[in-house]
Amino acid sequence: MSTASAKKLRPKYLTLPAILFEIRLPLPGWISILHRVSGALLVFPFAAWLLYLLDASLASEAGFEKIRTHYLQMPIVKVGLLFFIWAYCHHFCAGIRFLLLDLNKGIELRQARASSVAVLVVSLALTAVFGARLW
Amino acid sequence: MVNRVITGAHYGMRDWLAQRITAAIMAVYTLIVAAVVLMNTPLKHAGWQALFAQGWMRVATLLFAVSLAWHAWVGVRDIIMDYIKLDGLRLALQVLTLLLLGAYLGWTIQILWR
Repeated sequence: MSTASAKKLRPKYLTLPAILFEIRLPLPGWISILHRVSGALLVFPFAAWLLYLLDASLASEAGFEKIRTHYLQMPIVKVGLLFFIWAYCHHFCAGIRFLLLDLNKGIELRQARASSVAVLVVSLALTAVFGARLW
Repeated sequence: MVNRVITGAHYGMRDWLAQRITAAIMAVYTLIVAAVVLMNTPLKHAGWQALFAQGWMRVATLLFAVSLAWHAWVGVRDIIMDYIKLDGLRLALQVLTLLLLGAYLGWTIQILWR
């Protein structure tokens, strides 16, 4: 066997330094892990937060106006909402990509890379559009 | 009683399929609600309340919430199984996830049928 593979340390554990500095994820890998991260964030805390907002905004006109004129005007809330919008858009776009991959659409390397770029660009663009409406 | 197949694959098939079907349901809901909301901006309280007073919207939102709970359960369970090696901690986090998702569902129903 080749000496290059003999020198490698096996087994290779996924330590944090390895994840951060040694393993270079290809772009589709980034789409995948960001899908996971955004999904986890959507479950908690974002779903709870959105339910709170829905609850308060539907309960009374005073609650609705308080959210619109005070709560949603706070910079930290806007940043949080922007982050939520990105997480939702990324999870949505990447999810559609994975559904298409399940149907064997776009599984060639070139197409898979192109669709990864598309997911990244479209979700960031949507975040920018909704963010602009928010501000 | 002993008709379980204890070797082979396909055990995750139901969850896998459920996660994808619920994803499709949520995607359709998202597009519809986004379109309705964007067509009615700036949003007023009366319009917002009227939207959620409609029967179809309540049922659609409930379907979304059920889909979300199921979809998130499969997803979060996968994450926990991948990263949490300690059995006790893993079980605790899975129970916590179920409680959280159950609470979300209850809260949603409470908001919709107040």
